[in-house]
This record gives sequence, C-alpha cells and structure tokens, in this order.
Amino acid sequence: MPEQTLAEAWGLVPAVLGIVAVGLVLGVVVTAVDRVVVFGAPGAAVEPIRSSARLLVEQRRTTLAPDRLLWRTGCVAVPTLALLSLAVVPVAGRTLWSTSADLVWFNAMEALLWAAVWLVGWGPNAVHALTGGYRFLAQGLAYELPLMFALITAGLGAGSLRTTDVVAAQESLWFVVTMPVAFVVFVASAAAFAFWGPFAAPAAADIAGGITSELSGVDRLLVEAGRAVFLGASAAMAAALFLGGDSGPWLPGPLWHLLKTLAVVAALVWVGRRMPVLRPDRTVEVGWMVLVPLTLLQALVVAVLVLNGFYA
Amino acid sequence: MLSDLSGWAITAVAVLGVLSVAAGVAVFVVDSMARATFALLASFLAVAGVLLALDLVYLAVVTALMMTIEMAIMAVFMIMFMMNPAGLMPMTMVHNAKGSAAVGAGVFVLLAVGIWTIDWPTTNPVRPDDSTRQLGEAIMGSHMLVMLVIGIGLFTTILAGTVLATSRGRYDRLGPGLDAEHPDDPVPGGLRR
Repeated sequence: MPEQTLAEAWGLVPAVLGIVAVGLVLGVVVTAVDRVVVFGAPGAAVEPIRSSARLLVEQRRTTLAPDRLLWRTGCVAVPTLALLSLAVVPVAGRTLWSTSADLVWFNAMEALLWAAVWLVGWGPNAVHALTGGYRFLAQGLAYELPLMFALITAGLGAGSLRTTDVVAAQESLWFVVTMPVAFVVFVASAAAFAFWGPFAAPAAADIAGGITSELSGVDRLLVEAGRAVFLGASAAMAAALFLGGDSGPWLPGPLWHLLKTLAVVAALVWVGRRMPVLRPDRTVEVGWMVLVPLTLLQALVVAVLVLNGFYA
Repeated sequence: MLSDLSGWAITAVAVLGVLSVAAGVAVFVVDSMARATFALLASFLAVAGVLLALDLVYLAVVTALMMTIEMAIMAVFMIMFMMNPAGLMPMTMVHNAKGSAAVGAGVFVLLAVGIWTIDWPTTNPVRPDDSTRQLGEAIMGSHMLVMLVIGIGLFTTILAGTVLATSRGRYDRLGPGLDAEHPDDPVPGGLRR
C-alpha cells in the first residue's frame, strides 16, 4: 500500500512550499560547489547568490522580432519543470505526491525540459541561440533512450515504479551494487539534461553561449536556476534510486539522504568539471551503439536477478 | 459511470477538454512552425491532464512523455528535411483544405456515432487498486500481439520515412563495392568507424 505522501502529512500548501525551498537550496548548493571547484577558492561559494541578486535587478535586453510568447514560456518552464521533477523525489522519507508511475513522471519532466530548452533557444530569433537549441535536441537523442533504460532498471529491481518502493527495496543492498551502469548513465544524463559540464555544447563558448547567449536579467536567472535545481533534484533522485535513499546507521534517515545527495553533487561536479566539452555530433553514435546495448544488458542482468529472487 | 468521479475531476476533465480542442484549433491558426508544434504539444498535455483527472496516472504521464519527445523529434526532422529548415518563415499547417475538411468531418461523425451508439457497460466494475499494474499485465499478456504489431509497424514507418527522405544510401557511404573501410559520412560518428 502507498505510504503517506508529504502533501498528506504536512498539508498541500506547506508541502509544496517545502519542496520549492528544498529545490532552491539544492540549486544554490550545486552552483556553490560548482563555483568552488571552478575557481578553486572557497570564497567563490557566495558568487551564485551575488549574481542572482544582480540578475534580478538587471534590465532585460531583447532582440529583433523575437517569438516572445514561446521564449518566455521556455524560460519559465525550465525552473518549473525542475521543481516538478522534485515532486517524486523523497524528502524526509516521503515524496510530495506518490503514484504508481513516479519514475515515468520524473522522465516526463525531463522530456518536457528537453522541449522547453529548445524553446529558449528558438525564442530570441538569433542564430547562436537557435544553433544551441538544435544542439541540445541532437544531444538529447543520444541519451534519452539510455536514460529511460536506466530508470526502468531501478523500477525493475524494486518491482514498482513508485520512488518510495524503490528506496524500501534497497534495505539490504544498495541498487548501485547490481546496477552500476544504470547509476552512471542516470547521473550523466542528468548533467546532459542540464547542458552542464561535458554536455555543455548547447551553451558553449564556440557559439557565444548558445541557448543562453540572448538571455538577460530575470530570464537568465530562471534558466540558470532551473539548470542548477534540476542537477540537484537529479542528484537527490540518484541517491534515492541507487544509493539506498535514507538508509544508514546512527544518523537519522533524512540526514543520510542529504549526505548522499551532497556526495553525488560533489562527485558530479568534481568529475564533470575535469572533462572537456563533448561535441554533440560525436555523442549520438556513442549513445546508440554503446550506451543502449550496455543499459539493455544491465536491465537483462537485473531481470535475471529478479527472477532468481535476488532482491526479494 | 460519472457518479464515480468527484465534482473536481469532472470540472477538470471539462476544462482540459476545451483547452485541448482550443490548442488543437490553434495549430491551424498560427503562422509559425514552432508555434504550431507547441500548440499541438499543449493539446496533448491537456489530454494527459484529462487522464490524470481520471486517475490513470501511468497513461497520463506516458502520454505527456511520448508526445513531448515526438514534438522534439519533429523539430529535428524539420531541420533535416524541410525546405525552410529553421522554420523561421511564416507558414501554415493547412494543406488541401477541402479534402482535409471532408476527412475531418467524416471522422468526427464516425466517432460521435460510435460514442453514442456503443453499448457502454452500465454496471460499475470494480476499480483496480493499481491501474499501472493492470495495464502492464494487459500489455504483456492478452494484448501483447497487438502491441508487437503496432510497435513493428511504427518502427517500419519511421525507417521507411527516413529512407525515402534521405538522398544518401549505402553505396554513397561505402562505395560501389560496399568495401570501403570507413564510411564516407558528412558528419562522422563518435566511434571512428
């Protein structure tokens, strides 16, 4: 039976506000860790707060004949979808809402993010932004399928698509032990959906910032915040799906989940910032010829283990 | 049947239904490829909302997921195969207005007649605890043949569409004897084959 959701436990409005706050804090943490790794100075951790305040008061710049409706829609959708994906991530042992298809919900929010980022590139009617948007789409073709198989593998091991069930199924053994490929693919795809680190080609310097090239003021803040919140939400989801969520000795459960999330964020930033930006035209073949068979094989191994009663 | 649903759900279904039709109309009113694409996506998302209000979570979420990916891939195909690749020039989605109006009206009449003449079950069947599991069991069990046929049919259509649209074939890639060591592709893949 489904356990109590966060909305039932705290009331709908406090639960939603709580999730939004958690998302924003995660976003700030991701950006702070990122800045510290990039600049190599602990003082750089406050930089995201400072630049957010500056972007809030900055005057918006525009382009000639932009598609304003779609541009604004895309800019607002990026952080909204990042927060919506957090709705099925357990916080304090409960998810904001719990359905029999949580993992598919998470995946759907990622797919919508895909479309929203393309809109951000399309909106300003500018060549670099449009190029970035199409780079993002092309890159998405490479990792969308491996990501789906990675998510499904976790659901397969637990015998349920409900996040809390997946966490509960890992009481004896974390899923990362039997699903290392799915874990790595999931984290890498999260970075790719946030066009961050080695997957930053859609916003790379060779096309003057690509998707972000024409963003200014609040729009830029929304998109950058959305990227950071999504990375944070994905790290929390990775900790829940593969690292046992809130299981651990001595400390209370939510604290364990937080520590694991921070560890995933730190590892992601530390590794991601040490890799060169990948060319999107080089990722598709790797995605389809290497990652799809690998993730399928991973799913097959897990399926055989399930049939043998390994997870029971 | 409707008595099972709360007033909230009925309102949501009605509002989202109107929204989905309005967004569907917008597809043929707007003059840009991107707006038409996203009006269609909005229409599908409203349908997903209807399914969510009817408590069919998996179907709702998977509709949103698949339709979004479909629209994004349509944008990729747009740049691959269209004369106006960026979709930046004004365009219209209305082609063959008279023929499509006739087909549309015909399908509408067919569906409306079907809805009102089918002998819908009146006794309330027991609702399953988990509609996702029920759906999975149906797809992997009694309806597997249908799913396989549809899946292979869709896959063949995609392949056939791409093959018809692209001007390059295996002889362009591997030479007249199909014996080139490395294929001659305009964009090299990532595996250096």
